[in-house]
Amino acid sequence: MLGETEWMAVWLSVQVSLWATALSLPVAICVAYVLARHEFRGHSVLNAVVHAPLVLPPVVTGYLLLLLFSRNGPLGQLLQDWFGVMLAFRWTGAVLAAAIMAFPLMVRAIRLGFEAVDPKLEQAAQTLGVRPVIVFATITLPLIFPSILAGMVLAFAKAMGEFGATITFVSNIPGQTQTIPSAIYSAMQVPGQEPIAMALVLISAGIAVGALIVSEILARRMQRRLAA
Amino acid sequence: MALSVALKHRLGTFALDTSFDVPNGVTALFGRSGAGKTSVINAVAGLITPQAGRICIQDQVVFDSAAGINVPAHKRVVGYVFQDARLFPHLSVSGNLSYAAKFGRAAIDDRLQRRIVDMLGIDHLMSRRPAGLSGGEKQRVAIARALLSSPRVLLMDEPLAALDPARKAEILPYLETLRDELDMPILYVSHAVSEIARLADQVVLMQAGQVVANDTTAAVFADADLAPSLGLRDAGAVIMGRVVAHDPDGLTHLSAAGGHMYLPQIQAPIGATIRLRILAQDVTLMRDAPQNISALNIVSGTILAVRRGDGPGAIVTLQCGQDRILARVTGRSVDAMGLQAGIPCYAVVKSVSVSPDEVGHH
Repeated sequence: MLGETEWMAVWLSVQVSLWATALSLPVAICVAYVLARHEFRGHSVLNAVVHAPLVLPPVVTGYLLLLLFSRNGPLGQLLQDWFGVMLAFRWTGAVLAAAIMAFPLMVRAIRLGFEAVDPKLEQAAQTLGVRPVIVFATITLPLIFPSILAGMVLAFAKAMGEFGATITFVSNIPGQTQTIPSAIYSAMQVPGQEPIAMALVLISAGIAVGALIVSEILARRMQRRLAA
Repeated sequence: MALSVALKHRLGTFALDTSFDVPNGVTALFGRSGAGKTSVINAVAGLITPQAGRICIQDQVVFDSAAGINVPAHKRVVGYVFQDARLFPHLSVSGNLSYAAKFGRAAIDDRLQRRIVDMLGIDHLMSRRPAGLSGGEKQRVAIARALLSSPRVLLMDEPLAALDPARKAEILPYLETLRDELDMPILYVSHAVSEIARLADQVVLMQAGQVVANDTTAAVFADADLAPSLGLRDAGAVIMGRVVAHDPDGLTHLSAAGGHMYLPQIQAPIGATIRLRILAQDVTLMRDAPQNISALNIVSGTILAVRRGDGPGAIVTLQCGQDRILARVTGRSVDAMGLQAGIPCYAVVKSVSVSPDEVGHH
């Protein structure tokens, strides 16, 4: 029932979402740590900036991305000159849009994890002669693993469903920047293509639910290790 | 000195101003809640930075506000046993024990590990997770973990406070073993008089951020002036007794307090020295030698001082040979009996507490 362009949209969505999740993870861990553990001037400003994509209309985020990263935009020009990278109207731009839209969800989940870790455990590790960086890697990170997992699943699902910012920033070019949501949107514009839209809806729901189940299993295994 | 501490720190209306030295052995940092005990050992461990002072650990200056020295916590070679164990929940017991060797300063030393694991009796727990351990087991693992980080000084912050009496009784013998087998300064924070009477060699008594007494355990416990700080109900002398014989009727004959004492069921070999604690409220004073009395433990001595408090009570210090015993009596009895310094007197000791299991003394 699905044609080649629809399957390409599915494949592109999965790829975009995985990249968006993977690339935002290290940044999200750092930002979440800073927000959870440090009080400083500009704390609330950073918090607001991180949350902006959550509260702004996605089209606005997409439009701002276009202003910044189009061929003539200040950052777009820089990327072009220095790295030869083009984002606007490319699938890489879809990764950026998805990453930015998913970022606040990921930060929120991981931040909760940091806030739940007792800093006293980190102090105890330090008194055993362990450098703070190593304490972070061997105590803090393993303890917030379930939160990291939750953040990744949320971000992946959000990236899979991202529509407004993506279509504004990279348009809806079949085979190039068309993701599942934009393919569904396109199918709905043409009379008689409802079955295609329905098939894409089911695939999208299946991927999202599948990701959730996998993360639940991993988290439960982790929980059992902590409890027993 | 093995550990020397001098601190000044002001926090709102609370002012910490302490200075004391810790030799090898157990030094108890004792005082009520809020006296500043935990702040002191956190400053030694480098977990808080005092406003002024100087801290030396085995000749290494780890903090000196005047010289601008403040060694970070992970470079101060201290072992810290927290009140709440703080085991790493994602690691097994053996993972917790080897953590310092894997990531920290300690070298991997299988022989030391075996010795410490045996000493604390945690061999059977090695593959378990902290969540499945009892409070007492957690605390023993925490002690082993701290010792396996090859510390130069051991800090213990009320390691028994969170445990019920049965668990406390389970751990105390292990702590006595540590005291006797480790050749390092142990700073032991507590507000439980009975633990200190049993464990400490030295006592640093703190009140509202200040050191009010710093002496051997026997001297602090025999000081009637300090009795109110210890709590009148807990006041009483700590003396050493030597096992002379195990009599056939089940009593153990001890020589202590300038006389002989007979106590039931003491599991210690002849010649062993054990700690006896005689609460001031368990001592009755008599001017004349008591006769036809069921009490076995009667020692004679000379009154050293009579200290009257604000209330109806008084504390009498009795010098018995080389030991001092405190007796808590009423002011009315002091007047009626004419008790005053220099008067010979008999003390009827109604009860003596001994460590129930003297594993620490070989």
